[in-house]
Amino acid sequence: MAELTKKERMKIPRQAMPVQEPDDRVENFSEVALGFTLELARREAERCLQCKDPHCMEGCPVEVTIPEFIEAVRVGDLAKAVEVMKAKNNLPAICGRVCPQEVQCEERCILGKKGKPVAIGRLERYVGDFELANNTFAVTKAPSTGKKVAVVGSGPAGLTCAVDLGRMGHDVTIFESLHIPGGVLVYGIPEFRLPKSVIRAEIETAAKALGIEILSDHVIGRTLTIDELQTQFDAIFLGTGAGLPMFMRIGGINLNGVMSANEFLTRVNLMKGYQFPDYDTPVKVGKKVAVIGAGNVAMDSARCALRLQSLRAKANGVERGEVHIVYRRSPAEVPARLEEVHHAEEEGVIFDFLTNPIEILADDKGGIRAMRCIRMELGEPDDSGRRRPVPIQGSEFEMEVDQVVFALGTSPNPLVFVNADGLQRSKYGTVVADQETGRTTMEGIWAGGDVVTGAATVISAMGAGKRAAADMHRYLGGENPWQEIAQN
Amino acid sequence: MYKILEREVLSDVTKLMVVEAPQIARKAKAGQFIIVIMHEHGERIPLTIADFDREAGTITMIFQEVGKSTMEMGLMQVGDGFKTIVGPLGHPTEIENFGSVICVGGGVGIAPVYPIARALKEAGNEVISVIGARTKELLLWEDKMRAVSSELIVTTDDGSYGRKALVTVPLKEILEARPGEITKIWAIGPAIMMKFVAATTKPFNVPTIVSLNTIMVDGTGMCGGCRVLMDDGAQFVCVDGPEFDGHRVDWNNLLSRISFYRSEEQSAVERWRESHKCKLDRAVAEGVK
Repeated sequence: MAELTKKERMKIPRQAMPVQEPDDRVENFSEVALGFTLELARREAERCLQCKDPHCMEGCPVEVTIPEFIEAVRVGDLAKAVEVMKAKNNLPAICGRVCPQEVQCEERCILGKKGKPVAIGRLERYVGDFELANNTFAVTKAPSTGKKVAVVGSGPAGLTCAVDLGRMGHDVTIFESLHIPGGVLVYGIPEFRLPKSVIRAEIETAAKALGIEILSDHVIGRTLTIDELQTQFDAIFLGTGAGLPMFMRIGGINLNGVMSANEFLTRVNLMKGYQFPDYDTPVKVGKKVAVIGAGNVAMDSARCALRLQSLRAKANGVERGEVHIVYRRSPAEVPARLEEVHHAEEEGVIFDFLTNPIEILADDKGGIRAMRCIRMELGEPDDSGRRRPVPIQGSEFEMEVDQVVFALGTSPNPLVFVNADGLQRSKYGTVVADQETGRTTMEGIWAGGDVVTGAATVISAMGAGKRAAADMHRYLGGENPWQEIAQN
Repeated sequence: MYKILEREVLSDVTKLMVVEAPQIARKAKAGQFIIVIMHEHGERIPLTIADFDREAGTITMIFQEVGKSTMEMGLMQVGDGFKTIVGPLGHPTEIENFGSVICVGGGVGIAPVYPIARALKEAGNEVISVIGARTKELLLWEDKMRAVSSELIVTTDDGSYGRKALVTVPLKEILEARPGEITKIWAIGPAIMMKFVAATTKPFNVPTIVSLNTIMVDGTGMCGGCRVLMDDGAQFVCVDGPEFDGHRVDWNNLLSRISFYRSEEQSAVERWRESHKCKLDRAVAEGVK
């Protein structure tokens, strides 16, 4: 291939991701974004200017050498691209799908100043998928150190930490409370955004290569406690996420049909409720569903509800129904990824902004008749820097709904802290840990991901897992920061 | 895989299974529960721990076949295994010497009451037990309960065995006969029974602990499907319970919530019966015994 000039490269438009059309995809749970072809990937890679001082990498919490892997894609050396990628990121097929690249690597891409940034995330996914299909890269494990490490939680933070420690030669055991590893990747993120087969393959490949043992069905805090782990392991990483759902303190929250997004998504995703009765776990969807909140979890819930409604409509020849996102702020404050909002809109989710529920009203059978709401307006900025929504007096109205799903965020599950009194926690229930190293207030215990930050992103959790692994490696090699602190 | 080591048919619809689960047996305490999954397509089924043997590394579960999953479980045999057993979950029963206590067990709820009664007796309590069922067939563990109780009263709704009465009748009589002497009561059984036990003991002001079995998925506080409305707000049965003060539970809300998936449960049972009938017909046609 002839080398293009910089000018020619800049003329290539950002390559569009092939997707399932909205009308088709609401009738299935298959992946929406179909992935680049080799041709599309190479054409997109051609756009990268190979900056001398690339800013994209600064936006990557796990520091992937982005221009290097893109260059390998451009010249068609995919095995090389995988090698570059996996030097930093062991889960590219997952990250390529769910990272918010638009506020990380891609936001810093120089092309984005005047036009559209290089589609780094889509290229990452392409490389990850290539590797899952071809297995060109052999993860290597350093000579055994003889040190044993327990990783609690098999979500993005725990997995990343486990894989890095495994590569450094440590003997790693992962404890997972559910029956399938993956944490929020499995129970939260729907199949149409991140197929379970991708997660399984990426986890299995890494675990097998590094001899990582994954013990599912182990609830730390119940089956085993942290103090017991301390007697069996040289170091412990807590990546237990933020699993506890929040409900609003309003009337009617215990009516039938009111549920957390966690419950709704777990039934649909982890338990495959959309395939009931072939799978045993049922899931219900209303005729008119209100999802409260506008984060990624809210979008996932709304889009799952829409699919369940469409499948029911198709099977029974009934009206599909409606799914509403009810959000107390305005479109400008929506925390979900733009792409997710866009997909939800395309599929027919209705957005009710500046609207807040004040009571859920019962029908005569213990279910929901309607939701009483109030209109909001934006006032002065609050602590988060966003304009605070203020109720408009006298604007109360009833919204007729028969299902309400709360997607208001989550907080860490305190179950894991049984017999770990030395572990300091914030008033929000998150573990206090050093941002750079993940060290907690208990010697030999690190933490990272949502259990430290509260609900955040997959990649920030992975970054935390990675930084902790590096620090744990130093500790296992003989450094003891806790003792140094005690001595000073 | 968690292997079934013993299986006992307690009635047509009630089965006992002793399962190999050393890690859970090591930790289990009276009042706690487990979640089992039969196979890849199975749901997460919460079951109270009926007994455990730390040395043998086994736990005992007793279940009634009320839906498709429990019917399917009822067909599992010694040597078969569960894909998943996770636990022990929930808080254990608070055991101390309270003085004189009453343990009430209804139907399959007699099983989880047993380890509580036993622990209470071991802690020095005078344990009076009342066990009941719809009919004689559905009674279980009378001998075991008798062995840990200073007095045991057996009732059946239809009078086919023991006294023809609901468990609340002898319960009320004891409370009337021994005013101020009973310090605590445990009741485990169908939600409707626990509701009426709580209503019976309330006028006597005797603390009454019930063990709730609500709809749940993960059992670790993640889904919130199990939430029960107490007089001061919602609590999660899986992590805050499963035992609660029966006088503070909103029973009507609870009864409504446990029936939320009834239509799905019924359709799953019909489909299951249908597919089983087909298999039976085929087996008969092929001459398989």
